[in-house]
Amino acid sequence: MSAGLSIRGLSKAYVPGKPVLRDITLDFAPRGVTAIIGPSGTGKSTLIRCINRLVEPSGGSILLDGEDIVPLRGRALRLTRRRIGMVFQEYNLVERLSVMENLLAGRLGYVPLWRAALRRYPAGDLDRAFALLDAVGLPEHATRRADALSGGQRQRVGIARALMQRPALLLADEPTSSLDPRTAVEVMELLTRLTAEEGVPVIVNIHNVELAKRFCGRVIGMHQGEVVFDGPPEAIETRHLTQIYGGEDWM
Amino acid sequence: MTTRRAFAPNWQGRAALAALTLYCVYAAAQLDVSWARLVTGLGEGARFLGRMWPPNFSRWETLSEGMIESIQIAVLSSAAGILLSLPLGLMAARNLSPWWISGPTRGFVALCRSLHYVIVAILFVKALGFGALAGIAALTVASMGFIAKLFAEAIEEISMKQVEAVRATGAGPVAVLLYGVLPQVASRFVGFCIYQLDSNLRNSTLVGIVGAGGIGGTLFAAFKRFDYDFVAAILLSIIALIFVTEVVSARVRKAMQ
Repeated sequence: MSAGLSIRGLSKAYVPGKPVLRDITLDFAPRGVTAIIGPSGTGKSTLIRCINRLVEPSGGSILLDGEDIVPLRGRALRLTRRRIGMVFQEYNLVERLSVMENLLAGRLGYVPLWRAALRRYPAGDLDRAFALLDAVGLPEHATRRADALSGGQRQRVGIARALMQRPALLLADEPTSSLDPRTAVEVMELLTRLTAEEGVPVIVNIHNVELAKRFCGRVIGMHQGEVVFDGPPEAIETRHLTQIYGGEDWM
Repeated sequence: MTTRRAFAPNWQGRAALAALTLYCVYAAAQLDVSWARLVTGLGEGARFLGRMWPPNFSRWETLSEGMIESIQIAVLSSAAGILLSLPLGLMAARNLSPWWISGPTRGFVALCRSLHYVIVAILFVKALGFGALAGIAALTVASMGFIAKLFAEAIEEISMKQVEAVRATGAGPVAVLLYGVLPQVASRFVGFCIYQLDSNLRNSTLVGIVGAGGIGGTLFAAFKRFDYDFVAAILLSIIALIFVTEVVSARVRKAMQ
C-alpha cells in the first residue's frame, strides 16, 4: 500500500520571478518518517502542498509509485489525493461537524456521494473510525462537536482523519506548531507510532529541531527554497543549522 | 485675548443647513401642508376611527379565507425562494465560484432586489393574471434577492482551511460542499430563512391590494365599500398573525443556538 515518492526538479513561484522552491529533487523511501526543517517562509509548506496539489507546481514532476501526478486533473487527481493523508498545523477540522463526521470525511474519496450525504457509511468504515478513535485516545468523543475539543484533541482527530483514508503516504504540515511543548511531543509520538504500525511513510514539516531529531529517521534542511542538508539526524552539526537558519545568536 | 481660532468655521455646512431649511418651508407651502390642514385631517381621522369601532367579525368566513390564502402565499413563496437561493448563493459566492459565474449571478440577485415587491407583484398580476400565483411569484423573487445575497455573503466568510482539508481527502466538489462548506453556513442559512418567512407573512398581506391574492384584496374591497368596522377586524387579525409569528420565530431562533 505504501508508496515511494520522487520529486524531480520541482519549482514553484507564486509571483513570476520570485521562486519559493528552486529545482528541488528528492527521493523518499516507502517507509519511515522524514522531517523537513527550515526557517519560516522558506517553502517547506509549499513543498508539502505541492505533493497533494493543494498548491500547483510551476515546474518539475512529482512521481508517486512512478506516476507523475503534476498533470493530473479532476477525477484522476482526486483518486491520487485520497491516497495521500494530510495533517494540518491548525488541525483544519470542520468545526461544526462531530468528531465522527470529521473522521468519516477521510472516506469521502472512496464512498458514493449518497452515502456521505445520508451518513450511511459502510460498516467497515465505522469500525475503522471507532478503532482509530480508541488508538488516538478519544474513545468517548465520537459524537462531540469538533469545536468542543482542545488543541491536542483536535490534532489527534486530524491524525485519525488522515489515517481513515488508508493513505499510501502521510503529509504533516507543522502538526505541532499550535500545541504546547508537552502535547507536541505526545502528538508526534502518536503520529509516528500509528503510521509505523500501518507502514505509512510520513513527510513532516517541523519547526522544532529537537522534535525532528527525536522522531524522524531522516532530516531535510531547507533554506530559501533549496535543500541544503539531507541526512540522518545524528549527522546534523552546528554548521548545518547555521546554514539552514542563518546566524548563530539563536543557538 | 487670543485671535487664534480653535475651530475652523464650516461655511459649507451652514450653507447646506440653511438651504435645506428653506427647501422644507417651500415644499410644505407647495403641498398645502399647514396647521389648519392638519386640524381638519385630525377631525376626519377621529370620525374614521369612530366608524371602525367596534370591529365587525361577522364575516369571519371571508376573513379567514383571506388570511389562510395569505399564509399559504407566504409559505409557498418562502419554500420556493429558499430552494432557489441555495444554488444561487453558492454560485454568487466569490470564494467558491469563478468570476464569470459569480458576477452574472450577483447581477441577477441584485435585479431581484432592485424593485419593490409590490411593483413586482403588479408586473406578475399583468403577466400571470389575478390571484395567488402572482403573489407567490412576486414574493419568491423578493425572497431570492434577500436570501441568496446573505447566503453568498455568509459563504464568503467561511474558513477556507476547513474546505482545503476536505478537498485534500480526495473528496469531489459536491462532497466538499456537503462536508466543508454547508456545515459552516447551515445555521446562518436557517436563520435567514426564518427571517424571510417572517417578512413574507407580513408582505403577503399586502400583495392582495394589487390583485395578487390574500387578505390584502379583502382589505382593499372593504375600504372601497366603507366597511370600516370590517377593516378594523382585518387589521386586528393581521396584527395578531404577525405577533404570533414574531413569538414563534424568536423561539425557533433561540432553540437553534
